[in-house]
Amino acid sequence: MERFYTFVFVAGIGCFAIAFLLSMVFPWMSLSEYHGMDYQTLEQLAEEPSEEFVQLHDSFTEAFEEVYPGGPTSENYADALQLGRDLYVGQACWHCHSQYVRVTSNEEQRWGPPSEAYEYTNELNQPHLWGTRRVGPDLARLKGRHTNDWHIAHFMAPKNVVPYSIMPAYAYYFEEDGTPKEEGFALVTYLQWLGTTYEEEH
Amino acid sequence: MTPEGGTITLKGEEGPLVSYKLIKWHIAAAGISILISMTAGFLYSLQFLGYYPFPDSEALSPGHLRLIHTNMAAYGWLVNGFTAISYYAIPRLTGFRVASEKLGVVIFWAWQLTLVLMMGGLAHNKGQAIEWGETPTGFRPGTFEMNYVPVDLLVVVGAVLLIVQLMTPLYKARGQKYYVTLWYFTSGLVWLALTYLMGNIIPEWVLPGAAGAAVTGLFIHDLVGLYVTPMGWGMMYFFVPLILRKPIWSHSLSVIGFWALAFFYPLGGVHHFLISPIPDYVEFGAISTTIAIEVVVTTVVVNFFMTLRGKWSALRTNMGIRWFYLGAVFYFITCFQCAFQVTWTFQKIIHFTDWVVGHAHMIMFGTFSFWIFGSIHWLWPRLCKREWYSSRLNGWHFWLSTLGITIMFLTLTMSGLIAGFMQKGLNPWVDMVESSVPFWWVRTFSGGMFIAGLMCGLYNMWMTARSDREYVEEEHYIALEAD
Repeated sequence: MERFYTFVFVAGIGCFAIAFLLSMVFPWMSLSEYHGMDYQTLEQLAEEPSEEFVQLHDSFTEAFEEVYPGGPTSENYADALQLGRDLYVGQACWHCHSQYVRVTSNEEQRWGPPSEAYEYTNELNQPHLWGTRRVGPDLARLKGRHTNDWHIAHFMAPKNVVPYSIMPAYAYYFEEDGTPKEEGFALVTYLQWLGTTYEEEH
Repeated sequence: MTPEGGTITLKGEEGPLVSYKLIKWHIAAAGISILISMTAGFLYSLQFLGYYPFPDSEALSPGHLRLIHTNMAAYGWLVNGFTAISYYAIPRLTGFRVASEKLGVVIFWAWQLTLVLMMGGLAHNKGQAIEWGETPTGFRPGTFEMNYVPVDLLVVVGAVLLIVQLMTPLYKARGQKYYVTLWYFTSGLVWLALTYLMGNIIPEWVLPGAAGAAVTGLFIHDLVGLYVTPMGWGMMYFFVPLILRKPIWSHSLSVIGFWALAFFYPLGGVHHFLISPIPDYVEFGAISTTIAIEVVVTTVVVNFFMTLRGKWSALRTNMGIRWFYLGAVFYFITCFQCAFQVTWTFQKIIHFTDWVVGHAHMIMFGTFSFWIFGSIHWLWPRLCKREWYSSRLNGWHFWLSTLGITIMFLTLTMSGLIAGFMQKGLNPWVDMVESSVPFWWVRTFSGGMFIAGLMCGLYNMWMTARSDREYVEEEHYIALEAD
């Protein structure tokens, strides 16, 4: 028993495969039977540019047109969402902000309706960004909670907006007068998207 | 240790059984990696206090340093450390050399290059959204358009070469009955490859959202449970009997410990995302198997403490044993804690808080790093053929690390509980942040103690390698070699 093949095949591959079946294949099969679990690509998500994206165009028309010629179109919206997500991942935002509301600890009262699986079946949640730590608030229901201007002011100097905040400043994504650079536009657009896939009448 | 009915390759062939050069290199790389990792962690912790030194740098943003901290701890420190010890233990236990020393040189440099590229990628927003596997994919998400060096791929190549290198002696010894260490090392190498492939491919390219979350949970968990833990216990089973000069107390308990780890450990993966959109029955499965692991852990820890019976004085006289057994105590504490924190009752409060950070540091630093330090303590004089430069510095390393991890664990557990109840109590968010700040000061201070201790250890290693006091091997080991 205590020989090479036992440890390669029984323990190594065998036990791994059992776990793979129980913690990956089974949940995946169950989840795919839930209501509304159709996968949405980025193009589908970005079909209708958000109000906030249009507002960014209105407030910073010149800078916006420079980064996104053609104004707030679907293609530009998709680009902004993708870059925003990339920065959110790359800057490790998701290690201090979670993106799911649990059905416990009064979270519904603080953040909004609990998260459901269908909300995450899309390209901007591949891989998901649930996070495992909340140094800062949960962001799953962020859309529309603050204005674009609030986000810009907050990114440039969080302490000016929330006095005890310990969030780092991301002023390098904005001009000195608050006009977003490409990254700034993308980040604000992405944050204003979070929660869009939730439907009240699901 | 003679191969059953086989020939002893050690004799009659040229060259030593074990390549000390490769071991020394890997230990040195491990030391540099943990220094980088700890420094990054320390600087990151300053952000929590409002004294971050590089507020205007994009590359050195706190988020990037956090990624460097965790990834260097895993892929720099632990992998280099475990590789060094595998190079020492596997040929000795099997009686066969690793595949090739030249291959070893290639693996070594390829791996360090991968680490450098990984850090570069992390600092330039190229990290991947897989916790503890943020190593850049090198592709724009969802496409096959390259935007950086594909570090994930390099890690896979490195892992495959490492497996070829270390599996060769294991395979050659397939006719032998394996010692416990080899059970863990053999399976651990297989698991490393499978885990890394699963975690970096499936959530990124195949399964989105909640289904992918089950896999990323499994990935974080398996990397700890199916690579770091088996390698760690393999080291324990190798060095403890060697240093104490007596066999492990019970073979049956070793068998139970290994097989229960192999079976139960990977089933608990989903417990990293409890009370989430992942189906409840999957969560319950993960919770119950996680509690089952606690029983297993107890058997293994009992086995080691029964081995120590009659040799308690070794805790006073032998620094290696001290690192190993204190690590085992911390291991037991962490696993005992885990059996509770995995329940929904605890999860409601502690899930998103510092409690978990304390838990992670206790197991990664307090246990596995302690075990590597213990192994280095035993190996280094033998590798360099020099006496330890200073046993006082070794003492400082040990005590600063021990006090540091104890303080860090306590402060983070406390602040986690407070923050958790404040979240549940709907206190304003900033109140919770403010109440954590004093605990974070203590955390930074304790992290400073880790670094101070590590500096003592590394300086001591450096001076040992340069000293001229030749190491004289203890007599009973010389007798062992001659057998």
